[in-house]
Amino acid sequence: MPIDKILVSIFGLLSILFTFWFFFMKKTNTVQAEGSIDVLVEGGYKPDRISIPYGQTTKLVFERKDSNSCLEDVVLADFKIKKPLPMNEKVAIEITPDKKGEFDFSCGMGMFHGKLIVI
Amino acid sequence: MNKQTFAIKGMHCASCVYTNEKALKAISGVKDAVVNLNTGKVTITAALPIGNDVIKKAVESVGYEAMVEEDNKNDSLDEKIKKEKAKELKNLQIKTTVSLVLAGLVVWGSFPGLMEIAPAILKNIFNQLILASIVQFWAGYDFYKAAVSSLKHRLANMDTLVVIGTTVAYIYSGALVFYPSFFERFNIKAEPYFDVSSVIIGLILLGRFFEARAKAGTGEAIKKLIGLQAKTARVIRNKKEMDIPIEEVVAGDILRVRPGEKIPVDGMIVEGDSAIDESMVTGESIPVDKHKGDTVIGATMNRSGSFLYKATKVGKDTMLAQIIKLVEEAQGSKAPIQRLADVISSYFVPIVIMLAIATFAGWYVFGSSPVFIHAMLNSIAVLIIACPCAMGLATPTAIMVGTGIGAEHGVLIKDAESLETAHRVKTIVFDKTGTLTKGKPEVTDTIIEARQRNFLSQWGPLHPKSEKNLISTLLQISASIEKNSEHPLGEAIVKKAESEQLRLIKVTKFRSITGKGVEGVINGKKVYVGKLLGSDSYPEGEKLKEQGKTVVYVYIDNKLTGLIAIADTIKDTAVEAVKSLKKAGIEVYMITGDNKQTATAIAGKLGIKKENVLAEVLPEDKEKKVKELKKNNNVVAFVGDGINDAPALAAADVGIAMGSGTDVAIEAAGITLVNKNLMSVVSAIKLSKQTMKTIKLNLFWAFAYNVVLIPVAMIGLISPILASGAMAMSSISVVTNSLLLKRQNI
Repeated sequence: MPIDKILVSIFGLLSILFTFWFFFMKKTNTVQAEGSIDVLVEGGYKPDRISIPYGQTTKLVFERKDSNSCLEDVVLADFKIKKPLPMNEKVAIEITPDKKGEFDFSCGMGMFHGKLIVI
Repeated sequence: MNKQTFAIKGMHCASCVYTNEKALKAISGVKDAVVNLNTGKVTITAALPIGNDVIKKAVESVGYEAMVEEDNKNDSLDEKIKKEKAKELKNLQIKTTVSLVLAGLVVWGSFPGLMEIAPAILKNIFNQLILASIVQFWAGYDFYKAAVSSLKHRLANMDTLVVIGTTVAYIYSGALVFYPSFFERFNIKAEPYFDVSSVIIGLILLGRFFEARAKAGTGEAIKKLIGLQAKTARVIRNKKEMDIPIEEVVAGDILRVRPGEKIPVDGMIVEGDSAIDESMVTGESIPVDKHKGDTVIGATMNRSGSFLYKATKVGKDTMLAQIIKLVEEAQGSKAPIQRLADVISSYFVPIVIMLAIATFAGWYVFGSSPVFIHAMLNSIAVLIIACPCAMGLATPTAIMVGTGIGAEHGVLIKDAESLETAHRVKTIVFDKTGTLTKGKPEVTDTIIEARQRNFLSQWGPLHPKSEKNLISTLLQISASIEKNSEHPLGEAIVKKAESEQLRLIKVTKFRSITGKGVEGVINGKKVYVGKLLGSDSYPEGEKLKEQGKTVVYVYIDNKLTGLIAIADTIKDTAVEAVKSLKKAGIEVYMITGDNKQTATAIAGKLGIKKENVLAEVLPEDKEKKVKELKKNNNVVAFVGDGINDAPALAAADVGIAMGSGTDVAIEAAGITLVNKNLMSVVSAIKLSKQTMKTIKLNLFWAFAYNVVLIPVAMIGLISPILASGAMAMSSISVVTNSLLLKRQNI
């Protein structure tokens, strides 16, 4: 096999492994929310793992800095909340969880995700 | 000077005015505060704007509530989104048009067959580079921005795919323009692919433009509901009529509504009659006659009469506000089917990137020459044809449209899960009283004993001669006696007499005989109304009993003179609803506390099978019966009034509560029907079936599209330009399919 084909094969394999590592093997940090937490909406949610206390009201303040129309709504399906997020506008969502566990939140189309961990 | 106007809740007298003015003037910076008791409004003048919190606190400190902007915050959020959307659409339109025109020029100058007739200026690859650069970095700027910010979070989405795909084609072509000799060394013809990069961006933008336009249509229903709200109300305060903004109406206000006007808030008629068109809120198409004491719903249309009514629910408590909240909540919930789609789409994009790399390597190693070109174009096609958006849009758009249509028909769905479950319902249990029947006993038959006919025609206060008059007389006598009792059956007789405008006669020596009936003296004769006395038997009465009716007998001077049959009447729509449900293959049950005979008789009239009658069930056992029916994975819906059957509603897979007044937030119910029309149960099931069909078709379409076309692109059967066209079409087709739900007849 010519050398260029061998190189492309190896490089291709490495790129696939890199892609896998880059997107699927990332470490996630859980941020503890106390009373209120700011969530930056830009190419995803930051922080995207938020732990909130059970039975207490927590204010999640979303601020969208990304014009991607995917992110224009935030959906907290388990709490039946769907809120539009205008650009550069702080939108507060108050939730008082009455069940423990992990609950997904996402953009309107379910492309970007975050997790609320109720403890 | 700065002026701020807001309303204060709870002011009744002149001293309230003084207290509030004083409290407001005490705020530092406030020069003047003027309270208008009639309108309940205050205007404060200050050097600088005063914060809402400060105002609220000051008013609160003297025991009132200031209605400062707060409530409007949501509106302004919606307003902002609306403006943003309009701007985005405009922006997309400009970018799409410009990029498609520029891409068209590039194609003209570079596509074999077309380039021969193109002006030289377009064939110049430097000029092509300029045109493609405008498309790539100006029109495609948002793709880059979104992709970069996602990558920072180690996330990938559709923009990532578009960016990688088009950038590869663009950079390769750019390099070719500047260093053609480098590529010629590898036997690669100096042939740039600016058409690929610019056409892809143009078509994807076009797709986004149509998608954004169509998506706006999915949320129409809720906008329509919000738009129903009246803006002003004509309120009577201090004996003066005045028009005030709807936000300032407080519970207890007396409002006037004239013909052709919208009813501002929920309330109860205190004077006047009218026919009211409630179709916009309840979906019920026939106007409803309303009289004193009847409830009226805000945002419905007064047709004929003018009336006064007392506001009972305002602001967030009105039926319309509750409906809007319910629909919004339902649209914010997720159907179980969507969670699967979500999981798949979260892995989807990185997998596509890996497949594209594999495609490149595969074609480079095993493909035909020129290998580099084939490898590049095919891997770009893989990146571009993948359409995660179609998967993401499949469920939410259908849920949006489905819940919206439901609301228009008076079918309120609490969450996407209820909507999903309802289409699998195999058994429906109807509560009898108040659901299948009107819940109010009515006189159905009046029969005169033949032997007493003569006596009655002479004795009766009306001296009745005709049969009709005889019957009226019997009713008149019985009603006069029953007027003194409080029994619901007696009430039915009195009501009947009133509806026939019979004058009640004075009764003396009234007494109630427990367990039997009531008696009294009329015109010197003893009249008894109640159960059959002694050993009397009366075949006509037995016949009526078999039909599920309750029979009371009327004796005059101890002689059986006639009988009155009373029954809870079946709702007009019940028979049709049961028939439609059975036709749809659903097993229909009836549950009731009534005895077996009555229950079976009513079930017979409704067309419900004998063995599906659950009679003599105590209210607390209804839940148990529902649970029994649920065995063997039978999906059971329970239809009740939502008041005293909450446990049964909650126990069922789908709890359907029938409209009861203006309260629609029934916790235990998954679906609330705003009107009393039983056909709405059929509509709810139909709506669920149609929505699920749409979702399934959408998901099938989105998945099949990706599953089929990605491999096709990998083996090199699709050009990148074709791929971008297919991709744009797939999102549009999913949204359009959801919008088609609106055309379904439910």
